[in-house]
Order: sequence, then structure tokens, then C-alpha cells
Amino acid sequence: MVDKTAPKDAPILTGSGALLRSLEILGIKDVFGLPGGAIMPFYDELMTQDKIRHILVRHEQGAGHAAEGYALVAGTVGVCIATSGPGATNLVTAIADAHMDSIPMIAITGQVFSHLMGTDAFQEVDIVGMTMPITKHSFLVTKAEDVPYVMAAAYQIATEGRPGPVLIDVTKDAQQGSAPFVWPGRVDLPGFKPVQKAHGKQVAAAAQMIAEAERPIFYLGGGTIRAKAQKELLKLVETVGAPVITTLTARGVFPDSHKQNLGMPGMHGTVPAVLGLQESDLLIVLGARFDDRVTGKVSEFAPDAKVIHIDIDPAEIGKIREADVPIVGDVREVIIDLIPEWEAVKKSRKSIDAWWKRLDKLVADFPLGFDDLDDGLLAPQGIIKTIGEISGPEAIYAAGVGQHQMWAAQFIEYERPGAWLNSGGAGTMGFAIPAAMGAKVAAPDRTVWTIDGDGCFQMTNQELATCVINDIPIKVAIINNSSLGMVRQWQTLFYDGRHSFTDLQPLDGPEFIPDFVKLAEAYGCLGIRVRTEEEILPAIELALKTNDRPVVIDFIVSREAMVWPMVPQGVGNSNVQYAREHAPSWDEE
Amino acid sequence: MSQHVLSLLVEDKPGLLTRVAGLFARRGYNIHSLAVGTTEIEGVSRITLVVDVEGSPLEQVTKQLNKLINVLKIVELEPDQSVQREHMLVKVRIDTTTRTQILEAVDLFRARVVDVAPDALVIEVTGDSQKADAILRVLEPFGIKEIAQSGLLAMGRGSKSISERIFKNS
Repeated sequence: MVDKTAPKDAPILTGSGALLRSLEILGIKDVFGLPGGAIMPFYDELMTQDKIRHILVRHEQGAGHAAEGYALVAGTVGVCIATSGPGATNLVTAIADAHMDSIPMIAITGQVFSHLMGTDAFQEVDIVGMTMPITKHSFLVTKAEDVPYVMAAAYQIATEGRPGPVLIDVTKDAQQGSAPFVWPGRVDLPGFKPVQKAHGKQVAAAAQMIAEAERPIFYLGGGTIRAKAQKELLKLVETVGAPVITTLTARGVFPDSHKQNLGMPGMHGTVPAVLGLQESDLLIVLGARFDDRVTGKVSEFAPDAKVIHIDIDPAEIGKIREADVPIVGDVREVIIDLIPEWEAVKKSRKSIDAWWKRLDKLVADFPLGFDDLDDGLLAPQGIIKTIGEISGPEAIYAAGVGQHQMWAAQFIEYERPGAWLNSGGAGTMGFAIPAAMGAKVAAPDRTVWTIDGDGCFQMTNQELATCVINDIPIKVAIINNSSLGMVRQWQTLFYDGRHSFTDLQPLDGPEFIPDFVKLAEAYGCLGIRVRTEEEILPAIELALKTNDRPVVIDFIVSREAMVWPMVPQGVGNSNVQYAREHAPSWDEE
Repeated sequence: MSQHVLSLLVEDKPGLLTRVAGLFARRGYNIHSLAVGTTEIEGVSRITLVVDVEGSPLEQVTKQLNKLINVLKIVELEPDQSVQREHMLVKVRIDTTTRTQILEAVDLFRARVVDVAPDALVIEVTGDSQKADAILRVLEPFGIKEIAQSGLLAMGRGSKSISERIFKNS
């Protein structure tokens, strides 16, 4: 595996030095981490250089999500670093998150001395074993000489094909040992050869199938963003003229302002997007994986539709829904090949006018909306909408998980990929603040908003200290309903209103525990509280003007607000409810 | 029959077996038998898996296995186009009255006696799983004391080798 015939002039580096040198060669500019015993040799090297910026987090999970946010915005790999044992296990949630959402990440962990491994040594855990199901691949490095090869391989694996997290566990003796540093360049990985270019016959068959469809629809998933396919995608969608839906992880890859965009599908999708998929006769699926939150009950999903499934991961094709035309390849490459094939058959295509007539009516009849609440408290949807309108499409919006996430996906208009960051597959509460931090490091000139819930905020807000100290002025909008809102909504709807352990505030006693404005101030952030309609706009404007420190706005909102539309879990998508007790008459044709 | 025989060529890396076994556990696939050994190529091992695919299509199993970075190649070996063998050791109780009968059975199945003690024999059986089952049925009345059985080994018939093309690009 390692070239034993190192040239004589190869510099002798320690394993730590080799790690650092490899990161430099790979073009890594920023890393997030927190030191501990087993990674100290590497941190000692890190101090001696200034090519790579290391941001010291307050919790390793923060380093992991920051690396994710960084990767999503920079369009390259994110790097996080932790020590052995609990340092490494604290990364686990973020690694799982990156795995579910196919985010390129390299996680470097220290490991105890190799002669101590297996002896239950201090701060020893088998992190390679623990993370096997949630990494694309992992390496255990016990010799300094193996570092360059492993780093080169890890980078290729994390970034090529379907991206994902790669863990590199480096023993302390591997970090301390030394060896000639020989950079391998591209390494040959005989078991890893992702298909880029699709089969020409299949692409032609896809074009033909689109021409024959009367109710085609583009089903765009997060893979279209990973493939950086937005330009080609726009061209394809416009020449085909069919409607588009963008899944939660694909928001922004196709402009929301575009008239062909029906919005987000799924459990909390728009009625036109949900029924558009449901009534279609051809799903043109690009970089998506038929997630259960999109399909609802699979056996009832889009029952009349044929499927063209384009994905770089062959295992996604046919996993949930059989594909009539399966195409394995890089989504962008496939689109480039598909456009001329489509142009060739376009003349003979069936009319989709009736389809658009039906969809236009759904769009007109079922716009996204929300009602004022009976309790006189603010409606969260309006606040999120206003933040989006004032900050605009060039800003970045990171969300946690729950009601606020769905509202942020629904009510902010996304016009470009990388503007919307969230935890889609894993549903990781606490994702937002560290992810926003990573995003702001990758794009310091952009406004970066965190749309967070008060539950999520309390999981990772310690990274605000990291933001203040490292001059990373993110803006945080806490949509504070004093409860675990999405769980509460399900309790209201499906558990007879029995709100079991979802109130985050005592019903009697002091008003806020903790007081988020005071907490923000304690971190050195600007803290603002908003309770009334009139305060919303000035607070957002003040936040946008304040760039010398992070801003936290504590929006006190009603806990009665619910996310609509909704398809209840376990039923077919035709049961979409526009609002409580209000199902659209979807079969009126 | 819902069982399929898969031959995997894999890089001989630490944790490889955990990755393969973990994938089966995680995705809810069933391994009926598993055999691992070295091959004619240094650093490459061969895993022969008998997969029970009642619940999940074989195609998904192989696609997921293929995603493991250290898995180089997967081939399904059809029974009629491959040689398939299991290996079994059986310790059976004997006495002077049963000895001849047991030795006849051993001959009949073309098995071999590999260890002899006054009151027991160790019998080696090679063949497909039906043969193993059959000899066990015959020996059962005499008193089986112990069984050790290997996973299935399989190889395609003819001159082609499954490892021929894997290192084409290196």
C-alpha cells in the first residue's frame, strides 16, 4: 500500500506533520476541532503553521456540523478533528448526519497508542467499529508512513461518486513516528470506481419516455446539488417544460421564483407538489432516493407513474421504487447527454397543456399560507417569511429540525443551491448553529441566518462562544414556542392532545429558563427579544446591520401554530391535508 | 429456492468481515453460510456467501455490498454452472456391533475416517449440503457426538477465473 522506495530527497515528517502536509496539499483551508490527549501530537504541529485555519469549537458535535455546513457552502470537503474516546463519540451524530445527507466530510480522530488498543485504555473506544454503519469508509492508521496514502484515499472516497463522511483514526504512535513524506497523488482504489457517464441507450430511452408522457414531473433531490448540476438542470427543465418539485435537501437547486417550480413535496410539501407527484404519469427522478417523508405510503405513491431514475449510486435505483428507465451516472453528466437526446425527439412529444391546467389550478387554489393564532402570540411563519424577504436569496439559511425547519423550507424563497442548509435524512436537532458557523467560515461575505427552535438551540448554542471569539458573526432567529413543537403538533393531532414532556418551560414560575437574551449577552452576542408584530422588522434590520458580533433574536411565538399542509404518517399522499380537517378535492378531474 | 451463492473478492483489510457482516445485519439480510480464505492474488481474499433473500431482492444485497470500498467484485454462482462443496467433520459413537455398519456408510458416501478411538470415529465428509444432510441422517441412530461444518465453497466451472479482470486498471 505504501511506496517503500521513497526518493532520497523526500522530507522526513512525523505522522502529525504528514497529516498536516496532506491537508495542505488537498487544499483544505479551514478545519474545526477540539484537542485531547490522543491527538496532541497533531495539535502541536498545527500550532506551527498558518496555512490552515483551525477553529476551536466548544463541543465536538459542533465541529462535525460546522464541517458539514462548510462543505455544503464551499462545495468541497469539510474537516473535523477530535481526540479519542468521548471526543470521537461526540462526532458520531454529525458523522451520521453527513452520511444520511451525502455530505463530503473527513473526520480525523486521535486513537490511543497502538500497543494499548484493545486493553480498555484511558479514552479508548473502537471508533472505527462504531462508525462503520455511518461512514462511507474508515481507516485506522497505526504507522506514520501510511498517512499520505490514507489521506489521499479518504479525500477521493469522501468527494467522488456519492459523497459522504470518511473517518480516519490515527494512533498516537502513528502521529509521533516519522517517515519520508511521499504524496501519492491519485491513488488507485480498485473497489471504488463510481460510474460517471451513463449508458447512451438508457439516456435515449429516457428522452423517448419523456416525449410519450402526458403528465411528466421532475423530482429533484439533494444529489442535484452535490453534482453541481443547477445550470444544466435549468436548461433541461425549461426545454422539457414539465413541472418541478424540489425535495427538502434540494431546495434552491431550481429557483423558487421559476413558474415551473411547484415547491417542496412530502409530508409538509405544498399541495401542488404532493399531488403533482401523485397524479403524474412519469417521474423524472434526479439525485433523489424516494425517502419515506416524500413518498408517504410507498404502495400508494404516484400509482400511475412510470419512473426514470437517475442517480450516481446504483443501490438507490430500485431500492424503494422500481425504475422503468434506470440510469446510473453523475446527474450533471447525464443531463448534458439527455438534452440533445430530448431535442431529437421533442417534436413528437405529447401535449402537457391539460397537465399544466390541472396544476395551475392547484397552485391557485392551494397557496402556502398560515393563520393568526387565538392566543395573541406571534405566528412563527410570518417571522420566517419576513427574514427571508428582507435578507434575500444571496443569504444563507441554516435550520435545525422540527416545525421551524419546515416553515423555513416553505416560507423562504431559495433561488440558488447552498442557500439552504438543514439536516434532512438524520433529522438532527442542534444542527443549525454549528452548521451556520461552518457556512459563515466558508462564505464570510454572505449573511448567514440560523432559523432555530428553542429546543434545538439548547443543544448546540455553546458554539456561539466559538463564533464570538473567532469573529464569525452569524445571525440566530430563535422561533421560541417554549416547546418541542413538532412533537407537540403530533401529540395534538394523533395523541388526543396529550402533550407528554414537550413543554420546555414550567407552566408556573419564572418566564424563561434560560433567558435567551441574557444568554446571548453572556456569550458576547447582541441579544434582542421580540414579542409583538411591530418589533419584528426593526429587530431583523438591526440584526442585518450588526456584523461585529453574532446576533440572537428571541422571537416569542405561539405554541399553537402548526405546520400545514400535512400528510399523516403511514398513509398515501392523496390524503394530504391543506389545513386541519381540510383535504383538497384532489380527484375532481 | 430463495438461497443464492455469492463469491466476493475483497481486499484483505482489517475489519473487512465486520463490514460485510454488519451490512447484512443492518439491512436485515440473512447470511445462511459464510466462508473466507485467501486467493491466488496477494492481499485479496475470497468470501463465499450463501444468502437467504426471502425478504430483500438479491440485486439490493449485491449493490449494497458493492458500495463497500474493500469489495472488489461480486459474482453469483448458479448451481448448474459451478462446483459447490461443503466440508464437515462428524464425531460418531461406535462399538463393536455398529462399527461395520458405520464404515459401510462411510464408504457409501465416499467419506473418510480421519480419527479412530475405541468408542468413536471422526468422519470427514465433502460434498454439497444434501450429501451432508444425508450422511447425518444415516449416522444419527448411532449417536452423533459432535459436528463441525464449514461454509459453502463454490467456483465457476470452465477455464474462466473471477479474479481475471479486477486489477485491469492498475
